[in-house]
Amino acid sequence: MPRDDPKDLHPDGMIVIRDLFKSFGENRVLQGLNLDVKRGEDMVVIGRSGSGKSVLIKCIIGLIKPDRGSIYINGEDIVPFKEKNLNEMRKKFGMLFQFGALFDSMPVWENVGFGLKQHTELKNDEIRDIVKEKLKMVGLDGVDDLMPSELSGGMKKRVSLARAIAMEPEILLYDEPTTGLDPIMADVINELIIRLREKLKVTSIAITHDMVSAYKIANRIAMLYQGKIIEVGTPDEIRNSNNDVVQQFIQGRSEGPITRGK
Amino acid sequence: MRKLFVLKTIGFFEEAGRIVILFVNTLIWTFRPPLNLKNIVLQMEYVGINSFFVVFIMSIFIGMVFALQSFSGFQKFHAEAFVGTIVALAMVRELGPVFSGLMVSGRVGAAMAAELGTMKVTEQIDALNTLATNPIKYLVVPRFLASLFVMPILIIFSDIVGIIGGYLVSVYILDQNSEVYKKRTWDYMELEDIYIGLIKACVFGVIIAIVSCHQGFHTMGGAEGVGKATTRAVVQSSLLILISNYFITALLF
Ligand SMILES: Nc1ncnc2c1ncn2[C@@H]1O[C@H](COP(=O)(O)OP(=O)(O)OP(=O)(O)O)[C@@H](O)[C@H]1O
Ligand SMILES: [Mg+2]
Repeated sequence: MPRDDPKDLHPDGMIVIRDLFKSFGENRVLQGLNLDVKRGEDMVVIGRSGSGKSVLIKCIIGLIKPDRGSIYINGEDIVPFKEKNLNEMRKKFGMLFQFGALFDSMPVWENVGFGLKQHTELKNDEIRDIVKEKLKMVGLDGVDDLMPSELSGGMKKRVSLARAIAMEPEILLYDEPTTGLDPIMADVINELIIRLREKLKVTSIAITHDMVSAYKIANRIAMLYQGKIIEVGTPDEIRNSNNDVVQQFIQGRSEGPITRGK
Repeated sequence: MRKLFVLKTIGFFEEAGRIVILFVNTLIWTFRPPLNLKNIVLQMEYVGINSFFVVFIMSIFIGMVFALQSFSGFQKFHAEAFVGTIVALAMVRELGPVFSGLMVSGRVGAAMAAELGTMKVTEQIDALNTLATNPIKYLVVPRFLASLFVMPILIIFSDIVGIIGGYLVSVYILDQNSEVYKKRTWDYMELEDIYIGLIKACVFGVIIAIVSCHQGFHTMGGAEGVGKATTRAVVQSSLLILISNYFITALLF
């Protein structure tokens, strides 16, 4: 079967994933996953805990090598990439980790400025200025010299977000941006993600099982189930989907095809 | 039972292979500029400051007890005068390097494994990768170079302290003649003994850094995993130190 050029399939496809497979031993996590993310859109991937959302996002940024399949970023398949090309590619990305993953041996400003320090010739003063500006964007002020251990969970997440946007990436990946936060803080983060998309024009993929957040930030929502994307659509389309699996998940019912299947 | 044994053997070689690969990669990254001097100095400080005090206490008591023991042994042949010689040779050739190596693996190796292990389970190592920074370059190379440079200093320090310990016991407790003791210490000491001590120091330094970082990188599953990785780092590096010590001695003397 000749492989289609992803550019032909989706001229504005920023991230195009085809036939992605990944297993850990007997545990088949991704089983032929397809997904298209358009330039400038915010795609939210929903799915149950353990369905492979984090694995998917880690494949996209090259932290996990898939067993099979292709991931085209700007039309280029990154799956066969070696370390050197991966690192070039990663400079276009920013990633927000579920628990922040801040470097706990460094103060906040060094965390946020880490990429700048490693990949630019900027002096510390200049880096500090940029860091200040990024921290302001995520609504933080005066925390530059604190250590990560001195921050609350929500603050950590925002600092991590500031670190993700410090290099002005084209693509942002959010791993559960709102999980574990109080509803107000969750909404602050949601607003922030929307503002980043509008201001910085980034393309983003967010994974979450927080439906409130999904409806709010998504241009489109994709549901991951049994290793595949079973449905993609706008929040309204998803809300009115006639797929029972999707309905069970978004309504959070314990009775339905997901739980019956197991 | 047989199957378990086979699995264990395969696991052992797999792990040994991974350690060798990490070592080779570390060497490659060490020679790829730029070197992060700040991190290297930080790690040297850490390896050194963490260790000098304990190595001091350890070495002085080793020297002291060794002087006591060899004195009571040598007395039987009326060879008390050679206590200084035997203490110095034993310290420089074996006791200084081996005990310091074990002590540093317990203190510094454990800390390295715990630190990298925590970074692994809290996704900080993934975060490094996403920031287009190679974890071997950023984390292992500074630790590797720091142990490589600090271990010889530490071991010379240990040798000297141990010899002083032996001297103190011999002269002030066993009433030996101070001048004779000093002379006996120097007369039989050869430059080669010191070289070999230093070679051991470097090898042990490499073992501690690479084994501990390897365990850190392969930590899985939360705080418990970090604990296990730390234990394994200390056990593996201690055993490797003792084994490689034998072979260095056998090959070079
Ligand atoms: N590095 C790994 N090694 C082995 N198994 C893994 C690894 N990473 C993930 N898995 C397995 O893959 C499956 C999917 O994990 P993943 O973290 O992607 O779930 P998730 O959808 O992100 O769940 P959550 O919403 O709870 O974060 C799980 O069964 C997990 O055990
Ligand atoms: Mg996850």
